[in-house]
Amino acid sequence: MSLDASISLTLGPLDLEMEFTIGEGEVVALLGPNGAGKTTLLRAIAGLVPFRSGQVRLDGRVLEDTATNAYVPTELRPIGFVFQDYLLFPHLSVLDNVAFGLRSRGTPRGAAADKAVQWLDRVGLASYIRAKPAELSGGQRQRVALVRALAPDPRLLLLDEPLAALDVTTRAEVRRDLKHHLDSFQGIRLVVTHDPLEAVALADRLIVMEKGHLVQTGTPAEVTERPRSQYVADLVGVNLLRGEADHGTVRIGGGPALAAVGAESGEVFAVIHPRAVAIYRRRPEGSPRNVWPGRASNIELMGNRVRVRIDGEVPLVAEVTPSALKELDLVEGGEVWVSFKATDVAVYPA
Amino acid sequence: MRSRITLFIVGAAFLAACGGSGSNASTSPSATPLSGTISVLAAASLTASFNALGASFQTANPGVTVKFNYAGTPTLVTQIEQGAPADVFASADTTNMDKLTADGFTTGSSKVFAHNQLEIVVAPGNPKGITGLYDLAKPGVIYISEAATVPAGKYSLQALASANVKVTPKSLETSVNAVIGKIELGEADAGIVYTTDVIAAGSKVQGVQIAAANNVIATYPIVAVKGTASSVVANAFIAYVLSNQGQSRLATFGFLPAA
Amino acid sequence: MRRERVPIVVVVLAAIGAAFFIVPLLGLIVRSPWRDAITALTAPETVEALKLSLLASLSATALGLALGVPLAWIYARVEFPGRDLLRALTTLPMVLPPVVGGIALLLAFGRRGLLGSWLDTTFGITLPFTTAGVVMAETFVAMPFLILTVEAGLRSMDRRYEEAARTLGASRWRVFTRVTLPLIGPSLFAGAVLSWARALGEFGATITFAGNFPGVTQTMPLAVYLLLETNQQASYILSLVLLLISLVVLVGLRHRWLGWA
Repeated sequence: MSLDASISLTLGPLDLEMEFTIGEGEVVALLGPNGAGKTTLLRAIAGLVPFRSGQVRLDGRVLEDTATNAYVPTELRPIGFVFQDYLLFPHLSVLDNVAFGLRSRGTPRGAAADKAVQWLDRVGLASYIRAKPAELSGGQRQRVALVRALAPDPRLLLLDEPLAALDVTTRAEVRRDLKHHLDSFQGIRLVVTHDPLEAVALADRLIVMEKGHLVQTGTPAEVTERPRSQYVADLVGVNLLRGEADHGTVRIGGGPALAAVGAESGEVFAVIHPRAVAIYRRRPEGSPRNVWPGRASNIELMGNRVRVRIDGEVPLVAEVTPSALKELDLVEGGEVWVSFKATDVAVYPA
Repeated sequence: MRSRITLFIVGAAFLAACGGSGSNASTSPSATPLSGTISVLAAASLTASFNALGASFQTANPGVTVKFNYAGTPTLVTQIEQGAPADVFASADTTNMDKLTADGFTTGSSKVFAHNQLEIVVAPGNPKGITGLYDLAKPGVIYISEAATVPAGKYSLQALASANVKVTPKSLETSVNAVIGKIELGEADAGIVYTTDVIAAGSKVQGVQIAAANNVIATYPIVAVKGTASSVVANAFIAYVLSNQGQSRLATFGFLPAA
Repeated sequence: MRRERVPIVVVVLAAIGAAFFIVPLLGLIVRSPWRDAITALTAPETVEALKLSLLASLSATALGLALGVPLAWIYARVEFPGRDLLRALTTLPMVLPPVVGGIALLLAFGRRGLLGSWLDTTFGITLPFTTAGVVMAETFVAMPFLILTVEAGLRSMDRRYEEAARTLGASRWRVFTRVTLPLIGPSLFAGAVLSWARALGEFGATITFAGNFPGVTQTMPLAVYLLLETNQQASYILSLVLLLISLVVLVGLRHRWLGWA
């Protein structure tokens, strides 16, 4: 009982090549920046986008296979799709929208209506059955879109940026609701999002995608603790460097060597939290093994912290307090020295 | 009323501009050369013959241009009464001429210039084997007629009635030319038009004679239209039609003499 | 709210333009013999012509929908070589003089026509001089309106709704009938009404192809034309009827028409 997909396609400027498996009962979030191809991948799984080569199998049944020219049309796939704009049929009532999937698959009118009412009741919209989608709020429409996709009992639920169309205040509440409903769904759930908060909140596992390719996969904890791409590092807010490990040092891009505990050998990632980076105006003396010169290229005030981007041999982002910044008398373009302890460098294989 | 006057002025100005020096009040046409343009509205059955007459008239009078407008007679009457520029009107029956006269659109009295007879028209080779009016009612024969307000249509009804033939036409066309057209196209098997029409259509159609006892003699009068700015040229043309030359010309097309 | 001053030139030209359309309508209203209106309207020939006109124009609209919607769908959704040429050909009747259309129909479906001769010899079916012929002539001139309007509607609709329906298990036919058609409803309606109005007023192609006989092929426009020669006053009344029908159609459609244009 799983979704196995290996897809290769080109759509405009996007070159997509992905291979992954989602197991029974898993909630997977497909995370990535805009333009990574997440929606395209989802649509390809649904059969809405043709691909150059590859195959999609759901529960062992082949939905599409370019090698054998097998193709199960979208309407015959046991899937449910929640679109980013919901795409509720404007000319049908909420009830008819939710019953649409059941009616299309042959359920008689009365039975379909009953089931639809049950689902709407579960999401608290029973009193809106006669309303038209235009009369509902964003959050309500999201719920209708969800139960419309769930009503026909699909094996695979695909959600494309389910919260993107909502404003920030509604989003948190709807996210909680969505998690609750997703949890009670038995099949495989694949959620596309560009919001890491959403990904972490809803999913058991993350698949990180960039420019059409798989970059990293793992539990939210695994991914955030051990980012394997700049994108994830930026999301989490840590410094990510890559280099060759050699008994206690990591040589970054053939140049500077960082002192790092636990760096033995092989290609590694090195993560340093901005909080662990100290800034000096003059070269410091002391225990930290890692001391580097640089230039402050960007200073950003974020609440009661300041993030300073430092360019140099070892490009880093440091986080200090506003008063510290004042004491340093530092402005953009100013020369600085940074230092961090070897014990503050987390190293793991690339 | 005001609209008719306006149209008359516009029409007259147009004709005057086209015609150049306009009319001369001369009693002997051969003395001073005629010049000007006239508009002749003539029944559809006069198409071939009047085109020939017009050509001869223009050759004899180089300064003159004759423009023709052919249609079913009642259509022409409507046009004249609605203010179409016209100098001469040639009708296929006296009824329409009387109407135009009674409504006050004519100058001088109309004169009969020709007579015509009816003839059945069929496709070349007469595929349906029509021999007379009775055959028009044969099953499988598509018979079309002119509308009853068109002289030929009226005469057809008379001819059929006199022969006691009951047949319903499949269509009521607006002129003899339209009937001939549909026979030529092969859409209809038979129609009733004038002898002159059959002659004019040449090898594209074939004619079947109607017994003299059932045939109808059509009378063609011609008149100058009231308010024409080129009355001299108009009357000259009418005179030409009525002259020996004009009459013998009409005879070559199959028309019966005026007298 | 301050109103922007309209340039005087614009006002004058617009007024002339408006008069160009209003004066004829006024002429018809003023000259119509209202006392004899009832007699003219209830005369058997008039009633027959009106019944025939309604029957033929509605049939032409139905035929236009049956054939025109698939054509519009192909133009909007399918790419194939020669599509633009085909679209131009099926839209041609809009700019073609109706009489020319009638002649073309004769050459195709007349007794000696390309297809017509085969119909005649094989089935004994002739189309000229029949009510079916009237319907054909009217469909020929009216369908392009429907095709254009429906094609525009299909092009402008959000096709993702069709995808959503497919993910819900709807077959292609169901997607078309339950989602596509309702979504293009306004265009479909506008196209049908426009084509109906055009069919109702058709004259040249009808009289050329189908002929003119009361009760069979004499539609209202033909009746008016002939009435002009025999009973002018009655022809005014009938003209007014046709004009009013067209006016109602246009006024009722003004939002759709303007939206499409």
